[in-house]
Amino acid sequence: MKQKFDIITSTCVPLPLENVDTDQIIPARFLKATTRDEKFFGDNLFRDWRYNPDGSLNKDFVLNNPVYSGTVLVAGKNFGSGSSREHAAWAIAGYGFRVVVSSFFADIHKNNELNNFVLPVVVSEKFLKELFDSIYADPKTEVEVNLPAQTITNKATGKTESFEINAYKKHCLMNGLDDIDFLVENKEKIEAFEQARKR
Amino acid sequence: MANTLFDKIWDAHVVQKVEEGPTQLYIDRLYCHEVTSPQAFEGLRSRGLKCFRPERIYCMPDHNTPTHDQDKPIADPVSKMQVDTLAKNAADFGLAHFGMMDKRNGIIHVVGPERGLTLPGMTIVCGDSHTSTHGAMGAVAFGIGTSEVEMVMASQCILQARPKTMRITVDGKLGKGVTAKDVALYMMSKMTTSGATGYFVEYAGEAIRSLTMEGRLTLCNLSIEMGARGGMVAPDEVTFEYIKGREYAPKGEDWEKALAYWKTLKSDEDAVFDKEVRFDAADIRPMITYGTNPGMGMAITDFIPVTTEMSTVEKSSFEKSMHYMGFKPGESLLGKKIDYVFLGACTNGRIEDFRAFASIVRGRKKAGHVIAWLVPGSWMVDEQIRREGLDKVLQEAGFEIRQPGCSACLAMNDDKIPAGKYAVSTSNRNFEGRQGPGSRTLLASPLTAAAAAVTGVITDPRTLM
Repeated sequence: MKQKFDIITSTCVPLPLENVDTDQIIPARFLKATTRDEKFFGDNLFRDWRYNPDGSLNKDFVLNNPVYSGTVLVAGKNFGSGSSREHAAWAIAGYGFRVVVSSFFADIHKNNELNNFVLPVVVSEKFLKELFDSIYADPKTEVEVNLPAQTITNKATGKTESFEINAYKKHCLMNGLDDIDFLVENKEKIEAFEQARKR
Repeated sequence: MANTLFDKIWDAHVVQKVEEGPTQLYIDRLYCHEVTSPQAFEGLRSRGLKCFRPERIYCMPDHNTPTHDQDKPIADPVSKMQVDTLAKNAADFGLAHFGMMDKRNGIIHVVGPERGLTLPGMTIVCGDSHTSTHGAMGAVAFGIGTSEVEMVMASQCILQARPKTMRITVDGKLGKGVTAKDVALYMMSKMTTSGATGYFVEYAGEAIRSLTMEGRLTLCNLSIEMGARGGMVAPDEVTFEYIKGREYAPKGEDWEKALAYWKTLKSDEDAVFDKEVRFDAADIRPMITYGTNPGMGMAITDFIPVTTEMSTVEKSSFEKSMHYMGFKPGESLLGKKIDYVFLGACTNGRIEDFRAFASIVRGRKKAGHVIAWLVPGSWMVDEQIRREGLDKVLQEAGFEIRQPGCSACLAMNDDKIPAGKYAVSTSNRNFEGRQGPGSRTLLASPLTAAAAAVTGVITDPRTLM
């Protein structure tokens, strides 16, 4: 899970829909698990788009199309809106995605991805549109996501954009560290804050 | 320096600013329900950690609880396991737990304010996006993921980027049949579901001030549906009156001290927000949604938008939504037959919502083909309903009151809307499959839900008032 992050080069899975909400990423009926079993959540990623009501595969859905594969999911704007369920990030990670590219992410989901070592990459609308075009023109199109340099490159067009991530979180991702490690080491500061507040 | 209400509360909780990183924010209250907490407790165990400040954490099951026969074991073994796991975790880690059938149980976002656990000036988090509800009391409250729940359990702190501030002012007086829910649905329809992403919103203006506490809770509840990190209303006499005497509210000398502090909790007159938005209450009419996100809403007398001016991606998302709902661009929803009505959820499961629903159905009868689920947000709400005699009014009109919980809002219990059926729902989300696989949700106020319940079709509630 705490996979260190560096440079990822991969083909992409295109999902050109806007406002993909976390109820679609993982429907509520799969939230009853009491463990963090990534395989279970990954198997049910986009469950109701991936399968027909009778349980058969929906051949029209992109995850069921063998032409598209890779560890990078490319989605329309406002990805991950709605519920705070981290199960959505577990499902994305469990399926094997390591990067999600979109022009806009919902706040809570973006944090959840980062806390699960999945990198949300925010690109411009123009870059996103071109990337969809490249993928549809050639499904073997690769992107290079370079976390140390904070850049993403569409290898079909050669176009590169830089993306933002705060230095602390970048350090965590590159070194496989999480926030709890940091906070627990800071207990004295927390106690000092509590004391100061009492006065 | 002039500060916004948000700045005042946030700044009072900063433990430190991480270099080139987020803020370490102290959290006054962590609420836990059974769905988003088990993996956090599991994480603590695997790290050998305890809860750092157990007295600041309150747990209660709400998502899986059935809305009937709560005195018997939950029939669904997976739901039962999740509810039992919360009870066990609370016991193991020494946390307060309001279990099923405890008179304090209910939806966590209804219970927090009504028990006086949510107070002005607090920082409040929960593994649930509708934590924004608590901002109505003048608190900084927001939803978080399970890893963040674990962070708070382990340290009573969270690492968060400071959001930008937005003030939404609604001037003027709300018209007949226009509720807090309509105000929120109207804002979403103008701002879209991502219009406030990255912001913490303060609601202000005459129309907001005139809302009751219940109305403000409804409004702030829906902040997340515009993408906002949270929403808040500055505390005033309405707030103080609501809190006074509640179980966990400060008493005696503590009350006076708290009150003096709470009265300072308002944006300074010359405070600058990163963004200001204004609406006129006179433009807001009873609202209903026609699509598959809460921003796809319109006045109930309007027509569904047409796709002529949409971009390709926009159009394909819109058409997918119309196909799912079985609606056509350009059509009116008035007079369309509906199958289910749901009154409840952390959005509209409070006493005022039951009063509004009852005001429409009083002296009328439920339409024969409509299945109606009326689910109080908590046992306290249930008790108020009975004390006010609303149960009689509802029963005479052919409605039954169920037992408290999240219920059909997200259908984690048995209350599922069948595939293809239409539900007029007072909940917060109309996403595909939200109320059960294939369910079709139309979000609306309790008044509009009641009008649909008695006529069996989508009806402007003002025609029944």
